[in-house]
Amino acid sequence: MLDGLFDARRWNITLDSMGPFWDGFLFTLQVVVVGLVISLVLGTVLGVFSTTRSRVLRAVSRVYVEFFQNTPLPVQVFFYYMAGPRVLQAITGAPSPVRISSFVIGAVGVGLYHAAYVSEVIRTGIESVPRGQMEAARSQGFSRPQAYLYIILPQTFKVILPPLCNQTLNLVKNTSVLALIAGGDLMYNADNFVSTYGYLQGYIMACVLYFVICFPLALLVQYLEKRAKRKPRAKVIPGVTPEPVKEA
Amino acid sequence: MADMIEIKGLNKYFGDLHVLKDIDLTVAAGEKVVIIGPSGSGKSTLIRCVNFLEEPTSGTVSIDGTQLTRKNHLEMTRKYSSMVFQQFNLYPNMTVLGNLTLAPIKLQKKSKEEATAAAMAALKRVGLAEKAGEYPQNLSGGQQQRVAIARALVTKQPIILFDEPTSALDPEMIQEVLDVMIELAQENITMICVTHEMGFARQVADRVVFMEDGRILEVGTPEHFFENPENPRCREFLNKILH
Repeated sequence: MLDGLFDARRWNITLDSMGPFWDGFLFTLQVVVVGLVISLVLGTVLGVFSTTRSRVLRAVSRVYVEFFQNTPLPVQVFFYYMAGPRVLQAITGAPSPVRISSFVIGAVGVGLYHAAYVSEVIRTGIESVPRGQMEAARSQGFSRPQAYLYIILPQTFKVILPPLCNQTLNLVKNTSVLALIAGGDLMYNADNFVSTYGYLQGYIMACVLYFVICFPLALLVQYLEKRAKRKPRAKVIPGVTPEPVKEA
Repeated sequence: MADMIEIKGLNKYFGDLHVLKDIDLTVAAGEKVVIIGPSGSGKSTLIRCVNFLEEPTSGTVSIDGTQLTRKNHLEMTRKYSSMVFQQFNLYPNMTVLGNLTLAPIKLQKKSKEEATAAAMAALKRVGLAEKAGEYPQNLSGGQQQRVAIARALVTKQPIILFDEPTSALDPEMIQEVLDVMIELAQENITMICVTHEMGFARQVADRVVFMEDGRILEVGTPEHFFENPENPRCREFLNKILH
């Protein structure tokens, strides 16, 4: 059976039928973008919650994170797929279950799931900022929200960017869960191809296309990790800092 | 002189720990008060109550006649006080200039040009104008603390609180920071300074406050305080650090 992998004719047919792969690729990319936005926004909010003084907010964040980190993504996505339409029906009072597109299920699914991980990244980022920073901000008259916005969160960027990129990478791969609910994503279309033709080339092409998205992200992680260790160089501020001295 | 800071019946607990015990202290506008005492005596907590970094458990702190509350303390801080910390607490992700212009731009709504001009003037006073574009971590401890003092100056509040500003510095850098503070003391700024620098206290203080175990045990002029303290605990403390 593996002989087929080296069969030139099969490769030709595969390469000639790339249309659905590209469709799936684009669909997956769109799910990634929307899912990423959801996970970053929600994850940042939850991450900030977990560092506030409010016990209620900390508890909300904790429960959310533990729930989503300790249950499998496919189970969550199946649940949205089966229960979502009925929940929407109950909320909107529609006469029949409300159909939810696989795009929405995919984006919300990976978005909510990765928000839990993003939240933990944000939390450790904030905790890495010394307490004195908040005190300095408050001694200048910044409110806590202003201090987070102007002083604390910007300082976390260096620390959190590499793990956030890692999360993005995982999010890309996890969108393949959509294949389980006939989502029209890259994995689903690749699987369709394999079922139709029986050529394993389909899976290889899917791997290649996922790799094309993920590998640059992995390189970015490495670059950001290196950059985070560098010492900042003095900035030249026109009209303020002395002209840089030219070496003879 | 009008009263700038009035502390009445102030108590502070951290959990079961009674850190400040019935503190009464009034500081006049423009007065320089130095607080000394053994570590753990509540000195830092006391000045942190003046800008509400610590909330009093009971008692009141009033600035210029207005009592600090949960509701008004940010506004009062913006208007009245700035602080210099033991650990400098400069914002490491911003340049020296960025550290000095953040509050004027965001809180005092000054234009960037205006804030930059004020920042450069403050940096000149602490002798670090040429470091405006530098990041804090590339500066020495003494330089960082001078930048922190400039940051406290630039917002032009009438009160500056110093919380052991030289305790984290290498010995050879202490004087450059003290010199800046001595120069500042010429002005009509109200200063409260927690420190172990007795020379500074002698030179600059209008009054010296001695604290131990959460209480103020002695208040007096530096002459009275260093030459002829009444409280035996105070004498003992001075003997330990002066000899």
